[in-house]
Amino acid sequence: MEKPFMLQLNNISVVYSDVIQVLKGVSLSVQEGAIVSLLGSNGAGKTTTLKAISGLLKPENGEVTDGTIEFRRSKIQNLSPEAITRMGIIQVLEGRQPFKYLTIEENLRVGTATRWGKPYKNDMELIYNYFPALKKRKKSLAGYCSGGELQMLVMGRALMAHPQLLLLDEPSLGLAPLIVREIFKIIKRINEEQKTTIVLVEQNANMALQIAHYGYVMENGKIVMEGSAADLKENPDVKEFYLGMAASGDKKSYENVKSYKRRKRWL
Amino acid sequence: MDFFLQLLINGISIGFLYGLAAMGFVMIFKSSSVLNFAHGEMLALGAYIFLTLVTWAELPVPVAFLVSLLGSFILGFVIERLFLRPLIGEPLIYVIMLTVGLAAMMKGFMLLVWGGNLYIYPDFLPAWLTLDLGNIVVPPVYITAIFTGLVFLVIFGLFFKYSSQGIYMRSVADNQPAAMSLGVHVRRVFALSWAIAALVASMSGIVLGVINGINVHDLSAVGLKVFPVVILGGLDSIGGAIIAALIIGLLETFTGGYISPSLRDVVPYIFLIFILMVRPYGLFGLVEIERV
Amino acid sequence: MKIKRPVFHPCGNYFENYKDELKIFETDFGRICTAAGLVLFFILAPWLCGPYTIYVLNLIAITSIAALGLNILIGFTGQISLGHGAFFGVGAYAAAILATDYHFPFLAAVISAGFVTAFVGMVFGLPSGRLKGLYLTIATLAGQFIIEYVLIHWESLTKGTMGIVLPPPSIFGFTLDGDVKYFFASYIFLIAMVLIAVNIMRTRYGRAFIAIRDNDRAAEGMGIPIFRYKILSFGISSFYAGLAGGLWAFYMTSISAEPFTLALSVEYIAMVIIGGLGSISGSIFGAVFITSLNEGLRWITDFLMNAGILEGIELTLAPLRELAFGGAIVLFIIFEPRGIAEVWRIIRSSFRLWPFSY
Repeated sequence: MEKPFMLQLNNISVVYSDVIQVLKGVSLSVQEGAIVSLLGSNGAGKTTTLKAISGLLKPENGEVTDGTIEFRRSKIQNLSPEAITRMGIIQVLEGRQPFKYLTIEENLRVGTATRWGKPYKNDMELIYNYFPALKKRKKSLAGYCSGGELQMLVMGRALMAHPQLLLLDEPSLGLAPLIVREIFKIIKRINEEQKTTIVLVEQNANMALQIAHYGYVMENGKIVMEGSAADLKENPDVKEFYLGMAASGDKKSYENVKSYKRRKRWL
Repeated sequence: MDFFLQLLINGISIGFLYGLAAMGFVMIFKSSSVLNFAHGEMLALGAYIFLTLVTWAELPVPVAFLVSLLGSFILGFVIERLFLRPLIGEPLIYVIMLTVGLAAMMKGFMLLVWGGNLYIYPDFLPAWLTLDLGNIVVPPVYITAIFTGLVFLVIFGLFFKYSSQGIYMRSVADNQPAAMSLGVHVRRVFALSWAIAALVASMSGIVLGVINGINVHDLSAVGLKVFPVVILGGLDSIGGAIIAALIIGLLETFTGGYISPSLRDVVPYIFLIFILMVRPYGLFGLVEIERV
Repeated sequence: MKIKRPVFHPCGNYFENYKDELKIFETDFGRICTAAGLVLFFILAPWLCGPYTIYVLNLIAITSIAALGLNILIGFTGQISLGHGAFFGVGAYAAAILATDYHFPFLAAVISAGFVTAFVGMVFGLPSGRLKGLYLTIATLAGQFIIEYVLIHWESLTKGTMGIVLPPPSIFGFTLDGDVKYFFASYIFLIAMVLIAVNIMRTRYGRAFIAIRDNDRAAEGMGIPIFRYKILSFGISSFYAGLAGGLWAFYMTSISAEPFTLALSVEYIAMVIIGGLGSISGSIFGAVFITSLNEGLRWITDFLMNAGILEGIELTLAPLRELAFGGAIVLFIIFEPRGIAEVWRIIRSSFRLWPFSY
């Protein structure tokens, strides 16, 4: 018998403004303590999936019209973000959204909103332990920090909420490869040390599959492929379309561009 | 010289009252980036509630004071719930226009209930608050104005800088989606800021009513005076608002005293334009951090 | 292959080049209907309506012009101005002074009033070079108060609270006395100003304004000199306000500084928002709505007072107007923030697409 799933999406559809259907029956499940990565090209519906889970669709006029989202066996679809965050699901938004006029330390304190009034000093130390770069700048305004520091800040801010399920949306967006590697190392550490379950949305499929346990591939609002990270890494289609390698496993060569392009077989 | 000192003291206390009014205004702006054009009306409403409680219901002054503060606190909640909540997420100009409409409604309502006449509170401030400086006598109202202004400045400063609730409020003003993603109860923050703003507004309304008498038009005009004050101080700085309020108060009384009483009401705006040309974010406002 | 020009609206976007997209009328049917409607309006309105209705119609035309100008500034360029009422006043005074002291004829006075106001508007638009958003809004509020003060206190020029009486307007020796004659003049002005506005918006200037509204930093990056265009937008918008002010002054025949308060500015913003931001027809809808609301409320209060039903409390009825005015704004913003223009669009497209909802 396998461990029970922590989060399960059963065949959900999401519609924006009553007209635009973005997700067309997405099902996925996340095991307790795992890192699950969600891959796919732009506009595939990855961010929408995360927002459906965290309840942040509402302010954007989106709605889960069909299917269920279960977190620890209770249905959470279309609940308000306040309610969902208090269950321990925290989303880190795409594109680093710091509070620009708050200092780093105050930014971190906002993370305690879900457990207002409880002590937070120890957590602060924990965050500085994961992200030492933040400690040096804790009194400066977040608006003046670099991209890498901000990514650490927003992740640290989310950790302050003691999340059980952390939804990371493109943590590598616009960062230098060296910093990306560091960020991913920290994600792995958080997963192992804090036992936080993580859903990771990434463009950088290579990095994501290195740390993830399980992966889903999305396209056009549907899940088109799933499997353990190791399997996905070996899959010829994933290799070609997401890892940038020819089916044989070599780096794609542009000398033979005339060779027929493989069709995505699942479309 | 005596005239100068008298003007100085008047200016300072008027300044503190403007500062008090501005604080409520900044409060709403800080949490929801809304310019509240109904602030003057909220101020007047507070003064009228107090008037009704003291003269018509004949409550003792301290009780009436507390009850009217509580009443305006609840009123702030209700205004937010009824009018502002449906607009969460709409562009700012709509929200600003809504407060303009709200101002017209509240003004109409007050004129309907209390009429346009000038009312005067019964004298209730104790005489020992009078400050006698030889040639100049400072009436107790001015002392009260300065005292309340100072106390609330300190309370608000500490609240926003150090308390968790204050930091949440600032985070909502800063980046609403991000605050929401972290579980900050955005609607509660808005409601709270409107409620506190209404409370502070009615407090300054009551004190102003004691000084100048209560009249819808005069009191709601103070709401417009708040604009040069908050802009001068920077829209998001409470300390700045107080200093700017003092500057404006002094400027007004001195222009009124030495140059011409009719220029009195315009001089803050002229000064404001010049300051804004030199410092676009006011004297103490945060420079907008903008990255494309 | 040349596709035949459609008579009715096609279901969807079939534009093949930019020229098609920029057309004012997509179909000949629309063009003919508008022209026929206007001719009909010009023939029928003076014939059917009594003097009071004509008076209201004239007010609507004049306020439409001013609202159009404000919409260019707020709806298209994204600069919120609280000084439009004062600019309207500047126009009125400019026209009055030019007509009395310098004996300008009607047409010249009104148009020069537009230019004078455009200049004043550009001066008060100068802060837009450094200020953005709410700070600019408050700077224009300061402009409103300063202009108001100047209008009252520069007595050698504006006669202070006494006001100025204007000579009767005449074009080419033809005197425009009476509401009906002025009706033609004001509506011809309105049509001309609408055409100018529509055409400005289809040129590079209009596109630059819209780019500045949507993101002024990015617009600057695309090579649009934003300061110059913002000032230009202030200039155009105040030109409209000044022209409308001039028309108003001649229509009222005597003016004083009283009406040009912040309340008037707010009224104009309300028109623009209730009508529809960034929509030319919206400005006219808004002007129609607010003017008829004002007149309607005045009519109701007058009626109630004269009827004597509410004897004794007639004094408390005037605030009802304010209450209803505020209520209308609030309700509109809560229920249809895109304004009447959006309602109109929805009605039209549901006819066009019937019976399919999308």
